[in-house]
Amino acid sequence: MTGILSLITYAPLLGVAAILALRLVAPAGSPRSAELAKWVALVTTLVTLALSLVMLGQFDRTTADFQFVEDFAWFGGLHYRMGVDGISVLFVVLTAFLMPLCIAASWRSIEHRIEEYLIAFLALETLVIGVFCALDLILFYLFFEFGLAPMFLIIGVWGGKNRVYAAFKFFLYTLLGSVLMLAAVLGMIGITGTSSIPELMTYDFGQEIQIWLWLAFFASFAVKMPMWPVHTWLPDAHVEAPTAGSVILAGVLLKMGGYGFMRFSLPMFPDASAYFTPLVFAMSVIAIVYTSLVAFRQTDIKKLIAYSSVAHMGFVTLGIFSGNAQGEQGAIFQMVSHGLISGALFLCVGVVYDRMHTREIAFYGGLVNRMPWYAAIFLLFTMGNVGLPGTSGFVGEILTMAGAYQASTWAAIVAATGVILSAVYALSLYRRVVFGEITNPALAEIKDLNWREVAIFAPLIIGTLYLGIYPAAVFDITQASVDNLVAVYRAATGG
Amino acid sequence: MNFSTDLSLALPELILAGGALVLLVWGAFQSRANMVFSLAAVALLVAAGAAAVLGPMGRGFSGGLIADQASAFAKVAIYAASAIAIPLGQPWFQRRGVNNFEFPILIVLAALGMGMMASAGDLISLYIGVELHSLALYVLAAIHRDNAKASEAGLKYFVLGALSSGLLLYGASLIYGFAGSTHFTVIAQAVEGGANVGVLFGLVFLICGLAFKISAAPFHMWTPDVYEGAPTPVVAFFGAAPKMAAMVLFARVLAEGFGGAAEQWRQILIIIALASVAVGAFAGLAQSNLKRLWAYSSIANIGYAVLGLASGDTAGVQAMLVFMVLYMVDVTGFFACLAALSRDGRPMETISDMAGLFKERPGIALAMSAFALSALGLPPFSGFWAKFYVFKAAIGAGLGVVAVIALVGSVVAAFYYLRLIKVMWFDASAGATETPPVEARTIALALALFTFPVVLVALAFLDPLAAAAAAAFGLA
Repeated sequence: MTGILSLITYAPLLGVAAILALRLVAPAGSPRSAELAKWVALVTTLVTLALSLVMLGQFDRTTADFQFVEDFAWFGGLHYRMGVDGISVLFVVLTAFLMPLCIAASWRSIEHRIEEYLIAFLALETLVIGVFCALDLILFYLFFEFGLAPMFLIIGVWGGKNRVYAAFKFFLYTLLGSVLMLAAVLGMIGITGTSSIPELMTYDFGQEIQIWLWLAFFASFAVKMPMWPVHTWLPDAHVEAPTAGSVILAGVLLKMGGYGFMRFSLPMFPDASAYFTPLVFAMSVIAIVYTSLVAFRQTDIKKLIAYSSVAHMGFVTLGIFSGNAQGEQGAIFQMVSHGLISGALFLCVGVVYDRMHTREIAFYGGLVNRMPWYAAIFLLFTMGNVGLPGTSGFVGEILTMAGAYQASTWAAIVAATGVILSAVYALSLYRRVVFGEITNPALAEIKDLNWREVAIFAPLIIGTLYLGIYPAAVFDITQASVDNLVAVYRAATGG
Repeated sequence: MNFSTDLSLALPELILAGGALVLLVWGAFQSRANMVFSLAAVALLVAAGAAAVLGPMGRGFSGGLIADQASAFAKVAIYAASAIAIPLGQPWFQRRGVNNFEFPILIVLAALGMGMMASAGDLISLYIGVELHSLALYVLAAIHRDNAKASEAGLKYFVLGALSSGLLLYGASLIYGFAGSTHFTVIAQAVEGGANVGVLFGLVFLICGLAFKISAAPFHMWTPDVYEGAPTPVVAFFGAAPKMAAMVLFARVLAEGFGGAAEQWRQILIIIALASVAVGAFAGLAQSNLKRLWAYSSIANIGYAVLGLASGDTAGVQAMLVFMVLYMVDVTGFFACLAALSRDGRPMETISDMAGLFKERPGIALAMSAFALSALGLPPFSGFWAKFYVFKAAIGAGLGVVAVIALVGSVVAAFYYLRLIKVMWFDASAGATETPPVEARTIALALALFTFPVVLVALAFLDPLAAAAAAAFGLA
């Protein structure tokens, strides 16, 4: 099956080529061309999803080694190296899973420059999948950094009123983090003479140098994650981005940060990771408590969900840096689960935004009277966000806290209050938007979900419930790699 | 070595010199300049480039002229960039009713000077090369002679250029006085084991003079004014090839002549590099004219090239060479885009002129975005690889802190590149543009394709060539 990773990564680019070729049959920008482009994009993303599922089916769960490895010499000692292990494979599938939903969600809500919009999304898919498959530092950096460009355009061209500010903030914030990582990457290549990630994972950097390299990588991943206090770009980006942009941002782009911590920080710089664990724990629990409180005070639905994302990512970092199997498993699970739930929540916002063109919480109220199906689905994902047992949100939170409890009792106890706070803001949002009587006359004629929207939500509902009831579906895949990661980390730090 | 061998080493320059004189005579008897004329000039440059690669290697004219891997590498790049400038400029001038047959000849003469700079083996040929190319450039800047701004640019360039030549000459005479020779190899012996203050004094003047030529801070003041005033195709030319020639000359002088004083000149270069990056990044933020903006961008970029040189080893020189080649593509391509654009008979030169360009001219807007993202250093565009080499060399040479500062500078500069992209993509159109000349558009699109994705393949060839060229300088 060698080559399948490149196939999955570049399959969306074939869609891009097909959309460009549409000019031959219909003039660019015409309704016919737009309609065809949507189908091309949908089919492409579905094919990519099918390929990634084939790959998952072939994935050997018993080994921690990298699989489906491709390796070609490039220039200047660099290599084109691809491969996945138990930590990265799920993110590839998650990306491929969310993309068709994003395309479908944009079907009616994007009204101008549709072809370009779809091209940006397909390019983004290639780059995001590439990040999770790359096994060469420079290749990883290429995918990681170039992903900024399509997202910049998605926010800036198809975003809301304040889109330019948000797009610039997103780009520059992330770029600043990334150039520091680039310096560290070049430093590592200089020290070791290789850019191969598997080789670097076994290389023993000196303690002194680890501190610096760790900090540089941390600058990049903490912004991406985003961790408190460098999270302020996220609410702006989310609020201004179109619905599908928010889904992909929360669903997979944020996960690059967590993935980076597990792929680079822990195995390559274990001593520094152990040294900085108290710092990360402090930042994580502040994120959990503080951003939960901030979320409660928001008047914009999307901003509220954006802040809740920051809080949930706090659990992820808590789990990753606890350095034990529960923590790591929980962190991966939480990231996958958050990808489904926050993606679905942003889609829920998109549903009412498409109808009313406002996201003010105060504008809504009593939607249950007009939109019973919507109310039920929104309730399910709100509960998932709160972490109700039976949904996937519960498993991730409980495991990361269990992992963190072993590493730092205090951090786990403070983080546990975050569970209550998340219930406070999520349920209050739900009450204000859905319950009560309709008081706003503008809502009198609002329509319930149509078949297209139901079809978009259905896979997310199934995913959330399936993983909530049978979390072993994830753990089976991640087990071997996580055990290996924890063993390496423990051995290096003597824990 | 006998005289005929010496001449064969100088074959590329002889082709250019002889060809330029023949064309000059022919042009004087022509009633009007035409495309055949330009093509002849292009053919000359191509022939010279081929001769530089295929000709014999060695040192001639008692060491005053060097033909080696480094000079061949530089000359191919210089002559290619010069050759591109001619079809870019010809239709641009024709549209504006300026029919100067001197334009291609001046480019050939400038290329001749630059070829000499790349081959210079002593201070005399260094100075002749610098002066020959500078004089051609002064005239080129003012070639649109009915245009007040162009004349102003030419005059400014000339006056400040004369000043820098003075500095260069003063430095050269000090070095000659204290080292006893104009030859780099003899100077190297004098510097071996510690240079005396007199030679160092001369070296500082020499560096100042060359820093002026590459427009590195704090000798950058002329750049924005000249870029703004000079005709766009001319800027496309002198933003690229002369910088390459001057950087190679810079490397040659420092490596061959002052290898023993590496610790001293590295300090100067680090300051120049950081100052250039800072000036380019911060001053660029305030610009609304794209030509001025790109002038500041070029100042910042030269800072990165100097940083490569400041590493003081072969990897650093290799990085500088790769950087300069990729940067030449960027700058030529960007100005080709500008040369292709006009609205209501006026050139489009301000950022606000570009509003909604993506709607009007998607091809050129895409190309311009590629050049902007490349200059920003976003992977996988060519500008990223350029920076990749430079920073890798700098960090490898222990300049980690300097590299991080320069990288942060690139984030500041990112703002103005993004602003350009924002205007082109996000804003509403500012009106229809005229059909671009086919030459400028073709060049712009071809170079844009080079920045991505061709560069990913091209680097596999560029990397070993630049390594071989860098090895010729004989640094550690």
